Amino acid sequence: MKTVTLDLDQINVRKTRVFPRDPNAAVAHDLRDELFELEAKGEIIVQRVPEPYIQVQTKFGRVKKIPIEHTWHHKSCGQCGHIPGYTTAIFWLHRQLGLDYIDPTDQTSCTGWNYYASATSNAVAQAAVMMRNFAAAYETGYFPTIHCGTSFGHYKECREQLIKHQDLRDGVRRVLDKLGKPLVIPEEIVHYSEWIHAMRHEIAQRQVFDLSHITACVHPACHYHKIVPEDAIYDWEVFGGQRTATVTGLVQALGATAADYSTWFDCCGFGFRHVLVQRDFTRSFAVQRKIQVMIMEANPDVVITHDTGCVTTLDKSQFSGKAHDYKVGVPVISDAQLAALAMGAHPFRVLQMHWHSSDWRPLMQKIGIDWEYYWQEFQEDLAAIKRGDKAGVTWQDSDTPIRTQEHVLARVPSSAAAFSKEFSMSQRLTTPVGE
Amino acid sequence: MAYRDNDKYADVPQELKQKLFDEVKADERYDDYLYGCYECGICVSACPSARFYDYSPRVIAQTMAREDLNRFYEILADDIWNCAQCFSCVRCPRQNNPGGLVTLIREVAVRNGLKETREVLQGYSRVIYKVMLKGNQVSPDMLRPDFFPDWGPWVQEFSANMREWRLAIPTDTLRGVTDAAWKTDPKTLRELYYIWYSTGNLELIQEVDPGLHGLIAEVVEEELAETEWAD
Repeated sequence: MKTVTLDLDQINVRKTRVFPRDPNAAVAHDLRDELFELEAKGEIIVQRVPEPYIQVQTKFGRVKKIPIEHTWHHKSCGQCGHIPGYTTAIFWLHRQLGLDYIDPTDQTSCTGWNYYASATSNAVAQAAVMMRNFAAAYETGYFPTIHCGTSFGHYKECREQLIKHQDLRDGVRRVLDKLGKPLVIPEEIVHYSEWIHAMRHEIAQRQVFDLSHITACVHPACHYHKIVPEDAIYDWEVFGGQRTATVTGLVQALGATAADYSTWFDCCGFGFRHVLVQRDFTRSFAVQRKIQVMIMEANPDVVITHDTGCVTTLDKSQFSGKAHDYKVGVPVISDAQLAALAMGAHPFRVLQMHWHSSDWRPLMQKIGIDWEYYWQEFQEDLAAIKRGDKAGVTWQDSDTPIRTQEHVLARVPSSAAAFSKEFSMSQRLTTPVGE
Repeated sequence: MAYRDNDKYADVPQELKQKLFDEVKADERYDDYLYGCYECGICVSACPSARFYDYSPRVIAQTMAREDLNRFYEILADDIWNCAQCFSCVRCPRQNNPGGLVTLIREVAVRNGLKETREVLQGYSRVIYKVMLKGNQVSPDMLRPDFFPDWGPWVQEFSANMREWRLAIPTDTLRGVTDAAWKTDPKTLRELYYIWYSTGNLELIQEVDPGLHGLIAEVVEEELAETEWAD
């Protein structure tokens, strides 16, 4: 039998061609049409994306609006509880860019982790939790930005179900009415990594550490790009538009190499219930299908991802892999932490690297950060807290980057050219991008 | 998934199997999650659980499409808790959502207090307690060396320094908080309790762990007594 083959160069050329995406011909329709219909009938309020916003393309070409500021941060329980440098990096970036945001106390988690782990809830309760949080954001006048990948996916699914099913809407309305809250659905459900993607060139402009010699493997979070997949950001300049562009777009904008590996589509092994009470599965999958494959195929300096569970699983599972002589030993951080690291965030006060298990020290050394100096500084913070001389580390202690623009290397980031074409903060101040 | 003998749960009455199957089908999301099955196995190739367990999302979709009650009951009792709920299976060319079907089947298993489900969730109770009363799935004080020995010596280091490490976080809502992920307003928590109370969520807990239900219900009812919401 004759086999028709292409050589590798031909394959690569053909893979990089652009596949035009026409949202009008997409297999998935624009849910917002139905949202606005429900609003016109008086059933719900649709909270509009505030200006200024940045427009990005989604999987089938629909343009999604990403608000730059005036955002209400729906925090992640896994990030805040176990990876606090993740949350802190997101806020630090906003502070560095001078952007207005709210870190609310009138917020619960989505409780989706529990729902996916144990099913000890139901559709009305889950949608009501979401709508209570959305109402809380609406009451402040700020637009929700979702930190957790699972909350993001879960809320998109709840939104879809609410739009489709009148009974569900009525059930949730009864609960929210009693609480004296309006039924509000945001015009877009926005994940923080989409904000980072939209702002990546602005972040690269403020980069103070060169990452051009750093190789990163990106793990796209399942609940970001697999639940309601048509809403995830895709960009034909990133992997030819064949996988989500969030995270990889940032890595490239910062001048690092985003290295491909064969199991990129696989989940991390988190499993929701498994990671808490049945970790033999989680550890095995994370090490054998993800970390080891990344190391063997790309040998990255760091793994970058954009969800709570993925950072936890890929980071914490490596310890046991070592006992089995698996190829492990690569640090795992979020895109927010990478962006903040590049902009000179303190490795411990901001990035809270001491909460990460896999060895991050070689990465710091390769980037040129004297982590021991900053660890010593942080130890003094801890000692002062212990003595009672200091109530805690504050933003005042943490806002100043460890390196300033004066130290920026002469290298002009390759992303700078793209930045000037697409967006600049100075333009933003005079001309809203959305207009 | 290996071939199985359909007699494994022969002692379970067909009427009960039918009742539970009908409960799954009655969920209004069911029609959004199942359109049939090409039996192509694309979902299996993407499924992490299929690599490590005797588990197949294809069998879930097939069984539901064929309305095979005996196989359905095996899935309900033995298989659903293997699913990682990553939704890699939604790349199904038939637009099925096997992971979503698992969610619906799990809900029915919980609602009916199945013995196998109670056993699976036994070690998980403290998490349900946390999420229902604190509104957070996890908190720093859950990171104990005896629960996470496989996370290495890091857990011991953290556990010994938890108070100082939490105070050394600049994010205002996190600083110093150890029993939850962040500071939450008491009113916000009462609103969450009302959601659990008014949507039948508390009764669900009763089915899987009556002792846990008693603990949670006591707090919820006490807090809601302070509000005008509870009838």
